Amino acid sequence: MKKMSRTVLLSMVAGGSLMLVSTLAPSMAGAAAPVRGTVKIATQSPLSGGQSALGVDIKNGAELALERLKGPLAELGITAQLAPYDDQANPDTGVNNAKQIVADPSVLCVVGHYNSGVQIPSSEEYHSAGLANVSPGNTNPKVTDRGYREVSRIVGRDDVQGAVAAQFANSKGIKKVFVLHDKTAYGQGIAEFFKREAAKLGMQVRGFEGTEEKANFDALLTPIIATKPEAVFFGGIYDQASVFFKQAREKGYKGMFITDDGYDSPEAINIGGPALLDGGGLYYTTVAGPAKLYPGTAKFQSDFKAKYGADPKPFAAQGYDSMAICLKAIEAAAQKADNKLPARQAVAEEVRALKDFPGITGPINFNAKGDLTTAKYFVIQVTAADSAKWNDNAIAQTLDIAPPQ
Amino acid sequence: MQPARSPTAPGRSIATVVLGQLCLPLGQIVAYVIASSVVLSLLMVAISLALAGSAVDQACVEGLGMNLFVFTLVNLPQVLMDGMTIGFVYATIALGYTMVYGVLEFINFAHSEIFAIGAFVGVELLIALTGAKLLPGISVLAACAYLGLAIVIAMIAAGLMAVAVERIAYRPLRRAPRLVPLISAIGVSFFLQDLIRLVESLTTGQFHRIIPTFGNFDQRLSLASFPLQDNQIEISIQVKSIIVIAAAILMLVGLNYLVNATRMGKAIRSVAQDQQTASLMGIDVNRYISLTFLIGGALGGAAGVLYALKFTRIDPFVGFFPGLKAFAAAVLGGIGNLTGALLGGIVLGMLETFAGAYLSTFTMGAAGAEYKDILAFAILILVLVFRPSGLLGEEVGHKA
Amino acid sequence: MNTLLPPQQGLCLLNWCNKGLAPYFLSLLYLAMGTALVYAYPRSLPAFLVFLSSTLLIYSLEMDTRVKLGLAFLITVVLMPVIGIRNISYLEVIFQISIFAALGLGLNIVVGFAGLLDLGYVAFYAVGAYLWAFFGSQQMFLLHEIPGTAPAGTPFFLPPDAFYLFVFAAVAVAAVAGILLGLPVLRLRGDYLAVVTLGFGEVIRVLANNLDKPLNLTNGPQGISPIQRPTLPEPLLAALRAVLDPVVGHAVTEAEFYNLFFYLLALTLIVITIVAVRRLDDSKLGRAWTAIREDELAAVAMGIPLVRMKLGAFAAGASFAGAMGVLFAASRTFVSPESFSFMQSIGVLAIVILGGLGSIPGVILGAAVVTILNLQVLQGLSLTLSQLRQSDAMIPIINFPWRSLSSQLDPAKYQRMLFGLILIVMMIYRPGGLIPAERRQRELGEDTETDPVADGGENDDEGVTFGEQNHGGR
Repeated sequence: MKKMSRTVLLSMVAGGSLMLVSTLAPSMAGAAAPVRGTVKIATQSPLSGGQSALGVDIKNGAELALERLKGPLAELGITAQLAPYDDQANPDTGVNNAKQIVADPSVLCVVGHYNSGVQIPSSEEYHSAGLANVSPGNTNPKVTDRGYREVSRIVGRDDVQGAVAAQFANSKGIKKVFVLHDKTAYGQGIAEFFKREAAKLGMQVRGFEGTEEKANFDALLTPIIATKPEAVFFGGIYDQASVFFKQAREKGYKGMFITDDGYDSPEAINIGGPALLDGGGLYYTTVAGPAKLYPGTAKFQSDFKAKYGADPKPFAAQGYDSMAICLKAIEAAAQKADNKLPARQAVAEEVRALKDFPGITGPINFNAKGDLTTAKYFVIQVTAADSAKWNDNAIAQTLDIAPPQ
Repeated sequence: MQPARSPTAPGRSIATVVLGQLCLPLGQIVAYVIASSVVLSLLMVAISLALAGSAVDQACVEGLGMNLFVFTLVNLPQVLMDGMTIGFVYATIALGYTMVYGVLEFINFAHSEIFAIGAFVGVELLIALTGAKLLPGISVLAACAYLGLAIVIAMIAAGLMAVAVERIAYRPLRRAPRLVPLISAIGVSFFLQDLIRLVESLTTGQFHRIIPTFGNFDQRLSLASFPLQDNQIEISIQVKSIIVIAAAILMLVGLNYLVNATRMGKAIRSVAQDQQTASLMGIDVNRYISLTFLIGGALGGAAGVLYALKFTRIDPFVGFFPGLKAFAAAVLGGIGNLTGALLGGIVLGMLETFAGAYLSTFTMGAAGAEYKDILAFAILILVLVFRPSGLLGEEVGHKA
Repeated sequence: MNTLLPPQQGLCLLNWCNKGLAPYFLSLLYLAMGTALVYAYPRSLPAFLVFLSSTLLIYSLEMDTRVKLGLAFLITVVLMPVIGIRNISYLEVIFQISIFAALGLGLNIVVGFAGLLDLGYVAFYAVGAYLWAFFGSQQMFLLHEIPGTAPAGTPFFLPPDAFYLFVFAAVAVAAVAGILLGLPVLRLRGDYLAVVTLGFGEVIRVLANNLDKPLNLTNGPQGISPIQRPTLPEPLLAALRAVLDPVVGHAVTEAEFYNLFFYLLALTLIVITIVAVRRLDDSKLGRAWTAIREDELAAVAMGIPLVRMKLGAFAAGASFAGAMGVLFAASRTFVSPESFSFMQSIGVLAIVILGGLGSIPGVILGAAVVTILNLQVLQGLSLTLSQLRQSDAMIPIINFPWRSLSSQLDPAKYQRMLFGLILIVMMIYRPGGLIPAERRQRELGEDTETDPVADGGENDDEGVTFGEQNHGGR
């Protein structure tokens, strides 16, 4: 078969050239065992797609931390490198990346993810390999409720965050609320917790709906407004929430908007416009306050701006801290390992063993499940219709809450 | 401009023809809108009355403080308005599908991406104009003019893209078995989605784009308001909805005129009817097929800008669902039939809005607005099973 | 048994390659080289590609079929596990290839054999996955719980070894789903069928995403986790450890054993699938499907029961997907509706198109190419690019610093573009696929490579011409 052999030859040639292209330095460098002295810290966050703005800044924060803090490791003879991965906010991609990360023996720590729906399956891989995973932004309770020694997070949890939102609404005298979510693991999760707490506090939940719709909220808004709620809670990410809020205002809704930390992005107010601030106002809860709240962030902000040309977005500081924790843990483990490269389990243990780690987001202590021993929760009111002033939003409430046992 | 040949009896005056060609479609549009509104409203009211006193009704009273019937009535006018608006958008997109199908008997899967391209071109233009400080605080007339400009440019871009797609991906496959160009069309659709994403992320670094606010488009005009029990029934409409509807009607009438009363339209119809004979009659088939794609694409592009105007936010995958729903609308109305696309779009838009608004309350929360997207597919399947020719199509024989 | 391929013509080099004992030496040599490379450099992608391409070589050379099968067995059952344990991501790649190959073979029955374009194929995959996800996890006891609030200590509904039973059960359930899909769409023509099946795929995904009320069947967007995996028998495990540890170089962990187990299971299912599909192809059923594909009207005139045959195609195609779904759920211990999107359906379609409609080796090759492209090559290129960006190197020739290259130009992000291009290019230039189906070649008697337009339509003995009216009026 002329064709058959041509096919074979062609595919060999194609394969060969592809090999040549992929053979640029790095892939050959990973010989039979990790090159003595090089350690990689992987990051997984959405670098493309709708949430890329936040995902990229998590990676950037981690990168900045690596640059600033790799000194102590260098003194121990260890070169630290960053291995950024794009999980595209998709669990399959996250898991595939996780398998590749796990297969690379020079990776000793993972900073990731942003979406809880991606973190949960990916961390199964990290757990089976004993690889430490420090999460800068996953708030779903299940992340740490599984009790894996390797998984820790430096932010709060949704079961607390949703309850905080409900308590705040209650404190403002809201009696009737409508709950909406975006049908993702994160959005639905936090909406469920809000609803549970609201019901417990005696507020009337007039409706609970989920929608994947990104643009056309007309049909949904009509019954919502007809039920005349005093507040509308939206569990989801800012790009969807803002459009919804805008259309709600256009339909004449004057009540309060409450949402979650997925709203925390300067883009949010650009999408919605000043109308969102009318009437009952616009509030969101978050586990990562504006960077100016934390001591030591002034330098971080200026460094970030110098390197990346823009102010750090929410969770960039958490990315910085997660990387700092990883580096510190690797350093501690390396010292105990007589300056051979430390094992992954040792690094994971060192992460948990950190006492009062001076992160730029505050002192960090982990409890037995991997949650912070106390986490900060903020309720923030959006006060200016200008994305440049996002970091100046008024803090309506700050709470320090320990995670539920 | 040369006088249009009358499509029917010779010797009719131009005025009669023009009047006929313009009034007839307008009349049809009005008739369809009223008919579907009335039918669906009666249906909803009937269902709510039938359920009076049942568990559903009681849940409504507990949760919302009014019984089911009142709930239905209070929301009805607004739902109708919204349904009409989105219905016209779907109708405009459906026209693109139906034109291409009429001429080539081929579903142009990439039409949803042509729609998206039109949306992006229009929105980027408006954002650029905002950046040049031309848009904030201008008068209504100027705002409409700028919007018109955006629509025209989007139409040109989308039309040209559609022609390019046809040349590159469909023309080489014209004689291939039916599956082949269909698969190619799916490939084009995916390719264009990512192409838009690539271009956007390279030029603006953003995944989604927001149409800038200008003019008084977001303003809400109250048309009527009257009380019912202790609720107020409001009938109001946004300026941008009016614009969307007006623009859609203009395009529908214009297209109808083009296809039925001009020589170009006659050529297109002849190619649609029988390609080989048309080419024997001296018509350049390829040229008119490209023209069809141009027109269909232009309509899709305009629909894109209107969609962006109404719903504010677009992203590279914005075309997927509206495209599918518009296709379902075209099939519902009778594919290959322009008036059918119109009717199908309006009916589907209304049905979808009704479902989104009422489903949750009528099922006590068991099935909510999240099912409204697959309503279009359900309708598609039902139509194809029970009446494949659609509402306005003629009875067809065996579908081989 | 006769050799699979007719005698070679053409290039002298390959003539030489196929004479006498030359193919045996060549293939063994290439295989040995590939294995040595991968063993020495477990993390090198090119070495892995060399190893994989040895299978292609073995397939295309002219050798005794028994030898070919023996070599295939050696590669897949002996060499691959060792290599895989040294670098777990290779096992994952092969596992994914197996899954996609099985899905491709199933879709091949529907699209390639029977000519029914199914764009919602992933729905059957989802049905199988959620079947085991529901019964093999704690979900049965969580029917009234809000998603995300499972109380600790909820028991599992079934013992983990019920997994094997469910592989068979999924075949049956998915077949039923296939028949249910097939019933309303029987009378539809190609393009309508495509859209309706697309809709069906979306309906299944939306249902999976929303069936968490009133009864929490699927746990909504949070997905179901953890899902049990079948237990590995202890004595077998100990024996394997004793054999593998010295070869591999480190103690084999449980996770690695599970990876290996699922890989072997997937392989078994693939072999069964291939055998089943080949039997189907060459049977009355297969010929009936070909008749339907080529000309439905004539087929009916010849007395072929159209309804039953079409339903049979859907059911057969769906059942393979269902079985693989169970495997997928158990190997990941987690399912969520996001894995069953339209993209996945198009991915499987791209595999079938790329490999060859109706061609078994083609589909396997297509699965391998697409999976490796997605999982390894694109990722590898991305990582390389990111490292170059971190360095101070300059792009040669145009002297542009890598660092300034926009981070958006990342190959791994543009999967859709890749699929789209594959579909377009294959349809225009090589509609038969990389390895066209034998039946088509037998029918046509010559090259299937000619551009369908170039020879003015002579080559289109595959159905009515495009654009021809076959119903009156409109």
